[in-house]
Amino acid sequence: MAAKPKLAVFKFASCDGCQLSLLDAEDELLAVADAVEIAYFLEARTRTLEGPYDVGLVEGSITTAHDAERIRRIRDQCQFLVTIGACATSGGIQSLRNWADVNEFISQVYAHPEYIKTLATSTPVADHVIVDFELRGCPINKHQLVELVAALLQGRKPRVPRYSVCIDCKRKHVVCVAVAQGVACLGPVTQAGCGVICPAYHRECFGCFGPKEQPNLASLLGHYANRGADAVQLVRLTRNFNGYAPEFREASDDLETAAALGNTPDAPS
Amino acid sequence: MSATNLPVGSFVRIAKPELQTLIDQLRAMGYRTIGPRLSQGAVIYDDVDSVEQLPRGWVDQQDGGFYRLQPQEDGAYFDYVVGPHSLKNFLFPPRETLLQLSREQDQWRLHAPAPPDPPLAVLGARACDLRALWVQDLVFVEVEFVDPAYQARRSNLFVAAVNCRRAAATCFCHSMKTGPAVVSGFDLALTEQDDHFVIETGSERGGEAVAACPWTPCTISEIEAARRAPRELERAMHQRAPRERQDLHKGPPLRSLDVTDLRELLLNNLEHPRWESVAQRCLACANCTMVCPTCFCSTVDEVTDLTGDQVRRERSWASCFTAEHSYMNSGTVRKSVRSRYRQWLTHKLATWIDQFGVSGCVGCGRCITWCPVGIDLTEEIAALRGTMP
Repeated sequence: MAAKPKLAVFKFASCDGCQLSLLDAEDELLAVADAVEIAYFLEARTRTLEGPYDVGLVEGSITTAHDAERIRRIRDQCQFLVTIGACATSGGIQSLRNWADVNEFISQVYAHPEYIKTLATSTPVADHVIVDFELRGCPINKHQLVELVAALLQGRKPRVPRYSVCIDCKRKHVVCVAVAQGVACLGPVTQAGCGVICPAYHRECFGCFGPKEQPNLASLLGHYANRGADAVQLVRLTRNFNGYAPEFREASDDLETAAALGNTPDAPS
Repeated sequence: MSATNLPVGSFVRIAKPELQTLIDQLRAMGYRTIGPRLSQGAVIYDDVDSVEQLPRGWVDQQDGGFYRLQPQEDGAYFDYVVGPHSLKNFLFPPRETLLQLSREQDQWRLHAPAPPDPPLAVLGARACDLRALWVQDLVFVEVEFVDPAYQARRSNLFVAAVNCRRAAATCFCHSMKTGPAVVSGFDLALTEQDDHFVIETGSERGGEAVAACPWTPCTISEIEAARRAPRELERAMHQRAPRERQDLHKGPPLRSLDVTDLRELLLNNLEHPRWESVAQRCLACANCTMVCPTCFCSTVDEVTDLTGDQVRRERSWASCFTAEHSYMNSGTVRKSVRSRYRQWLTHKLATWIDQFGVSGCVGCGRCITWCPVGIDLTEEIAALRGTMP
């Protein structure tokens, strides 16, 4: 039997939740460990094997010069590089710094700001190296992760759809919170995959899985504004875990510009 | 007064609480009984074993991208209209395993799909729901390649329909000639009156079910009153002012759709600028197609476990609003949202007729209500006709 593929898991600026999703895949974890050689996964085992690796899973965003250098070395070591989660894929919640003065944050948060060396921005891995596949989510969905590993082992494309959360809400018979409750929900512009956790609990979608294919934020946010949502609320909704994803970023910037000019964003008529 | 059975075409009256006896009898006949339930701020179809579970005394307010329930004092059982679910949710379920395979010692074993579900009895279906059922029959049963799971569920389905006494602003069954009166395709048709139901039997098993209830024969005037109720509603819907003259009306626009030469209108206007302007609003989120009681598109996936030893072929609801839907070896054919909206609307109202001999629209208005931004196909058609203000 051929040697098992070597899997490595790397962490950058992140909360570790996505790595935990792998450990959380309790029913499938032993099968994963059987199918692949877990060569580098500091959160799971102390033993580490040297590269190169067949598959590298990368969690976290790039926030320091050191990390910007390290991700290049990791890319060189991995045949197939996958970003896991909102941080690695779009910069994460910490990309809020991209709209602010990072030195201001540092001086307020740290007792000794002089010890902190950081970049002014938090950016996705794909801004630094070529990424072969992105798994969305804050955190990622363990079923999608296992599906990704299965697809890589079987040499096929993973079934990770790019359509809206709404499709999964309807398939699960979850009633639309935007229509039946009038709350501003990001589901119609957000990629499916989470298992519609929030709408199933009668809450709006917060966009954890980032923009869906061809999202129309101008129409959706304009409609919510016409129905009485204020611009500050909509900017906060959009500028969240995936706030720095290009489509979400443009939408929140447009809202801010319109609010600064005293305009209510209009839905296209 | 009771008998072992009631002939088809009988009209009887039962006291309102006797609806419970009807539900009990259907369950005794082996049916899983489903009907309207309050859930998540809406009236949906779900299991019903007690009349106490019905959304008695609630009515729905509907508009583009808007749905709210309000209490109403008269305590009627069925004065809301249609919610986000339809019978499609049960007969053509959102996910279904078509086939299972397992590999044992390098031999593949094929497993038959799960046995058919227990037969369904639905209480409270509307005329538009029944029409939609028939439209889906033309897709899944009345064709060369029959869908066996749909056919099994459909042939056992028991329908206790309800005549609408009230329409939502989004309803336009009168335009599509699909309602509000229940005229065929039912086992029982109920008309709610102040203190009783008038029930018409439409099948032998319908007669068997209602015979178990304490019923009395209807007088001629009771039959006439029952027949009059949906007809009066239909007349009122036909008297709705055209959209451009509804300015004085304070509520949402009361929908209607001019179906005159509708197929030609759509197919002769494939490059109309309106497609671009609706695409500016359309989210391509697919909600309209998911709630549509006739949309039948699905995708089939082969799903495996990590080892590849267990394989399932799964069918799920799909939508022509996704890029994947028109993906072929050269890529996605309908790349723009404009082309997807146009595909959906021209299929629904025009080329569906070429394909199946009937329109794909039953006038239930679900696509209007459950569009998050309230895109309204009756408005789009009016714009294509050039009759918008």
